Amino acid sequence: MLPNKKGHFGEFGGKYVPETLMVALHQLEKEYAKARRDKRFKKKLKYYLKYYAGRPTPLYFAEKLTKRLGGARIYLKREDLLHTGAHKINNTLGQVLLTLRMGKKRVIAETGAGQHGVATATAAAMFGLECDIYMGQEDIERQALNVFRMKLLGAKVVPVHSGSKTLKDAINETLRDWVTNVRGTHYVLGSVVGPHPFPMIVRDFQSVIGSEARRQILEIEGRLPDYLVACVGGGSNSMGLFHPFFKDRRVKFIGVEAAGRGLNTSKHAATIIKGRVGVLHGSKSFVLQNRDGQIDIAHSISAGLDYPGVGPEHSYYSNIKRASYVGVDDKGALRGFKLLSETEGIIPALEPAHAIYHLTKLAPRLDKNKIVVLCLSGRGDKDTDIVKEALGI
Amino acid sequence: MNRIDKRFRELKRKGKKAFIAYITTGDPNVETTYKLVKEFDRCGVDILELGVPFSDPIADGPTIQAASERALKNRVNIKGIFNLVRRARKASDMPIALMTYYNPVYAYGVKSFVKDAKRAGVDGVIVPDLPPEEAEDLIKASKGADFKVIFLLSPTSSPDRIKLVGRRSSGFIYYVSLTGVTGARKKLSPEILKNVKRIKRVTKKPVCVGFGISNPSQARAIARAADGIIVGSAIIRLIEKNLGKKDIPQKAGRFIKRLVNAVKDI
Repeated sequence: MLPNKKGHFGEFGGKYVPETLMVALHQLEKEYAKARRDKRFKKKLKYYLKYYAGRPTPLYFAEKLTKRLGGARIYLKREDLLHTGAHKINNTLGQVLLTLRMGKKRVIAETGAGQHGVATATAAAMFGLECDIYMGQEDIERQALNVFRMKLLGAKVVPVHSGSKTLKDAINETLRDWVTNVRGTHYVLGSVVGPHPFPMIVRDFQSVIGSEARRQILEIEGRLPDYLVACVGGGSNSMGLFHPFFKDRRVKFIGVEAAGRGLNTSKHAATIIKGRVGVLHGSKSFVLQNRDGQIDIAHSISAGLDYPGVGPEHSYYSNIKRASYVGVDDKGALRGFKLLSETEGIIPALEPAHAIYHLTKLAPRLDKNKIVVLCLSGRGDKDTDIVKEALGI
Repeated sequence: MNRIDKRFRELKRKGKKAFIAYITTGDPNVETTYKLVKEFDRCGVDILELGVPFSDPIADGPTIQAASERALKNRVNIKGIFNLVRRARKASDMPIALMTYYNPVYAYGVKSFVKDAKRAGVDGVIVPDLPPEEAEDLIKASKGADFKVIFLLSPTSSPDRIKLVGRRSSGFIYYVSLTGVTGARKKLSPEILKNVKRIKRVTKKPVCVGFGISNPSQARAIARAADGIIVGSAIIRLIEKNLGKKDIPQKAGRFIKRLVNAVKDI
């Protein structure tokens, strides 16, 4: 079972952090090991996921989209229907319950698109924790709706002005806060990135997506799907979908990275496709970087994928060829956004819109009896301004 | 013998404490860094930490973040820093350690990094985001080369970790005085002296204290318990205030001299 004791997935993962944080990571490891064996903890989490967040989410047969593309049968795992509008709440409920177990009174988090910030602020509001969210200035401007939601929920949104002013720098600043306030604060990391045990904990909390989808597809179709497709920024919704199918060798995994303005330009966020192995934000993984090991600034129309790193387990899946990774550019994402809105009456977030566009390449070349499950990780309300501007509507 | 070991041996014989200075290489430009190296040696700095600028310095506060950004604009990289040290070695025998995040070292190649560093006249390295658990490659490459890998301890380190770092660290142990990032502080915790003593009960290696120290009286107070003190952000702040002026080395030298005197005068 990966990761191993040191938090390694093959050559990836690990704990590359300042000494001050080693104790906090160790504490989190111990607490999580206890919690995952604790029936009461599991019951409590299940309760909130069901009655508060709205699980299980439907596995919806997208009949119109299937017809339009004229190939494989397409199913959508409707994480967009969850409370707060994205899969992020699966993880924040779990981590906030861990925070309470550790007796900490304050949570902090980074956010890109604002979905993880909203989900953290939501869980913190309900459980009465103090909450500060770090967000890059550029993201604050392009995700104004989510900024307002976080403030309504009682969180403080701290703008980050350093570096690229996006997700990468928001994580830097959250780590600096954590180093400073580590004794009473838990860092609710929002993706399967960062130092061990975060990639494992976030994966486990998000695996509810794949476990449900697996049960549901067996119920509906009587067999496992042929393909799983999901977008990859840090990689939490995709890992949540993929992981429970890991041993089902015939189920193929496709991760869709943001190709921004194109894979042959310097403006993209396709970390696995174009990156080299390096260390960023506490773990070893593929990283977009220059020859000197300075981290590149990523680019994507979707703030949630705009990140030059990726979860170590994805790098591992790529190396052992368990998953394949493709790129979809900004234009493709906008087409995917429109396509799902028009065919199914579902407005997707720009992040999964990348994955939807990939279906237009994948589904038509597959036989009609093949099955594809796509993780619709979030809804698109937050992106309407960006899309309006980009499409000139 | 490695220059760092040699320096601590001399200091011990004289009953003196070490003064360690940090600057970011290439801030505001490489030529000024070269002049600062010579000036610091003249002023009696015992060990110089040369910072390798990094795009994502998670252990640094705003002062050193800004210095890194200025240095990166000058396209400073590890190779350029080795060239600078090679040049400085013609005139100076002051012990020099690089202070760098892990990714630039990893991108350079860990083995080549140690080999080229040693050849250029660098005596050791401090990597704030590389705990001993992940440092096998670096330790292995450094052992045969008599190259020092200096690890850090902090106020949150458990007794087990103090033992571990005490065993693995070479040259000295870098004690981070506070839970937080680098940057000058007006007040320091009285816990520092107690914690340094706690570490010194476990290891015979020199323990030097950094983070937050910004003036001679703080330096003097901490040097009573520690084997050395490290000042970074306060020097960078002085450089920052004098950007564009030609006499940065002289001004920094005068500031350093006061700190050196404070540490030596106990």
